[in-house]
Amino acid sequence: MTAAADVSRAAAVAPPRSAFGAAFDKAFEILCFSAATFLLTALGGIVVSLAIGGWPAFQAFGFGFFTSAEWDPVQEVYGSAGAVAGTLISAALALLFALPLSFGIAIFLVELCPPMLRRPIGTAVELLAGIPSIVYGMWGLFVFAPWFAKHIQMPIMMSAEPGTLWEKITTGVPNGAGVLSASIILAIMILPFIAATMRELLLTIPAQVRESAYGLGSTTFEVVRKVSIPYIRTGAIGAVMLGLGRALGETMAVTFIIGNAHGFPTSIFASGSTIASTIANEFAEATGVLHTSSLIALGLVLFIITFVVLALARLLIGRQANL
Amino acid sequence: MIRKLVVGLAACLALSACGQNNAKKAGEAAAPAAGAQISGAGATFPAPLYAKWAELQKAETGLALNYQAIGSGGGIKQIKAKTVAFGASDKPLKPEELEADGLTQFPTVVGGVVPIVNLPDLQPGQLKLTGPVLADIFLGAIKKWNDPAIAALNPGVTLPNLPITVVHRSDGSGTTFLFTSYLTAVAPRWASVGASDAVKWPAGQGGKGNDGVSGYVKQTPGAIGYVEYAFAKQNGLPHASLQNAAGQFVAPTAESFAAAAAGADWTKAPGFYLLLINQPGAAAWPITGATFILMHKQQADAATGKSVLSFFDRAYSTGDAAASELAYVPLPAALKAQVRASWSTVVGPDGKPVFVPAAQ
Repeated sequence: MTAAADVSRAAAVAPPRSAFGAAFDKAFEILCFSAATFLLTALGGIVVSLAIGGWPAFQAFGFGFFTSAEWDPVQEVYGSAGAVAGTLISAALALLFALPLSFGIAIFLVELCPPMLRRPIGTAVELLAGIPSIVYGMWGLFVFAPWFAKHIQMPIMMSAEPGTLWEKITTGVPNGAGVLSASIILAIMILPFIAATMRELLLTIPAQVRESAYGLGSTTFEVVRKVSIPYIRTGAIGAVMLGLGRALGETMAVTFIIGNAHGFPTSIFASGSTIASTIANEFAEATGVLHTSSLIALGLVLFIITFVVLALARLLIGRQANL
Repeated sequence: MIRKLVVGLAACLALSACGQNNAKKAGEAAAPAAGAQISGAGATFPAPLYAKWAELQKAETGLALNYQAIGSGGGIKQIKAKTVAFGASDKPLKPEELEADGLTQFPTVVGGVVPIVNLPDLQPGQLKLTGPVLADIFLGAIKKWNDPAIAALNPGVTLPNLPITVVHRSDGSGTTFLFTSYLTAVAPRWASVGASDAVKWPAGQGGKGNDGVSGYVKQTPGAIGYVEYAFAKQNGLPHASLQNAAGQFVAPTAESFAAAAAGADWTKAPGFYLLLINQPGAAAWPITGATFILMHKQQADAATGKSVLSFFDRAYSTGDAAASELAYVPLPAALKAQVRASWSTVVGPDGKPVFVPAAQ
């Protein structure tokens, strides 16, 4: 009511628009509208072309494409379950590793860091985000995997009593390549995104809010737990989902280090595959119609997974915002 | 004003697009004169060699080759779609497939696949394996290096009590095709897996590319993998010796690949569809294969076809040294003559062969 009154008063005071200004405004509107619709059209086009490309696979295997982990290019039998499991497990583990670390980094940078260190650490985090994923892959394969095998995997495997359940879930090839190592590399890759966003969010907290909490005698931990985190909760979920989205779709680094075995991972050191790594591995050489279309169908499945994750994030954020 | 700008931009775009089209047409028509360009796409394995040949010929004749190493599968797709002048594949197409698409194929150089092992106490080549034992290892049926089946082939060698880690290619590859074709040919038990550029591996781990496989093998004591010969040679990877069809244990060398190529009877292979697997000859390496070029028999533009064939003609005549330098094995002379003879089937719109090689 009052807002409308304000606007009409402003209109009465403002000088009349020139003809050029009005035309320009219209053009501006159209440009912005077409930019937005262009994005939608492109997105729709991608979904439709993935669905068309993957149709022969859906037709041949039906619902079995989603439930079977069989992947046999010779017999032309394809199922997405193994790759989907690998994708979800590696992304979830990566998030599990990256989340506490990035929280720690962000809180340290904002609340505790001596001003002298703030810039170098901040820059280091941003640099980490700028490293191409193939470099992570090569570093993972040639540096991290041997180290991981020698100092973590081998001691655990050798300490396992033969015949126990523990032995069963720690078997694997002792070279450090597998789903767990891939998840750790993924965690390092998504860490800077989450940490940088968290830092920005923490910086948006008005100084008075935090100062008041300190003034009431809170410790740093109490301020972080009771004031900072609740304040940024909504945005933080968004930051986490951003990281998760990247982890789900990451291709090259994962391909190098996950061990590339189709099917479900059966132990913590087992090799696996993700949707993105399977496509990267096989698309260039896939000649059969079913092989190609199964890979495209995998792409559609990844698209759907990412969409569901983002939709869940929106839902959560929406609910938080309403509280 | 905005409209004018937009119209101007559109006009610019349209003009530049036309310009490109014209340039392209002119280039095609002028081939194989200086400045001509031919385009090819496909296998990654011969890509370094094609690049080297292109560099040499660019200097000699001005003919430029634009080769995209997108993988054999991609090369086959591209030539079928006629987006390139020639396709390249490590996996030959069967004669009936060639017929269906009106294609012809010919080999350019020979390469092969080498099993590499990580057994620190053994010398390179000291470990001897046969095809069936290799198949059992890759099937996961033989799990330890001191298995009696391996020990029987290696009397006097102390084999460690070490689990075998199988490493294979994770990406679709002509190398895998050749390797699994060999296992299929020599070991009936491998039939359950089959031969293709990607298979459902019963055991082990997949590394991406030759460097992925060799990386895993190097880092895992007791690992066995397979890589393409040029890669193994350039990186000095420790190989295993294999028993060939003549019952001899041979090492992978340029000579043993050449022996396999020379022993093969190409005259009985329509469309040069021949994998040089388990060839006769006491010195022949058993996992050998050529890499191939694919072309349409009916060339829409005679000049482009002529450029492609003259490129490979010259490569056959003058490119052997470059091939050997890069650890590829040149074709035997008799085979080159057969290939040159086969080029008469590549005809232009007028029905005449586009390229007649000079008498050698």
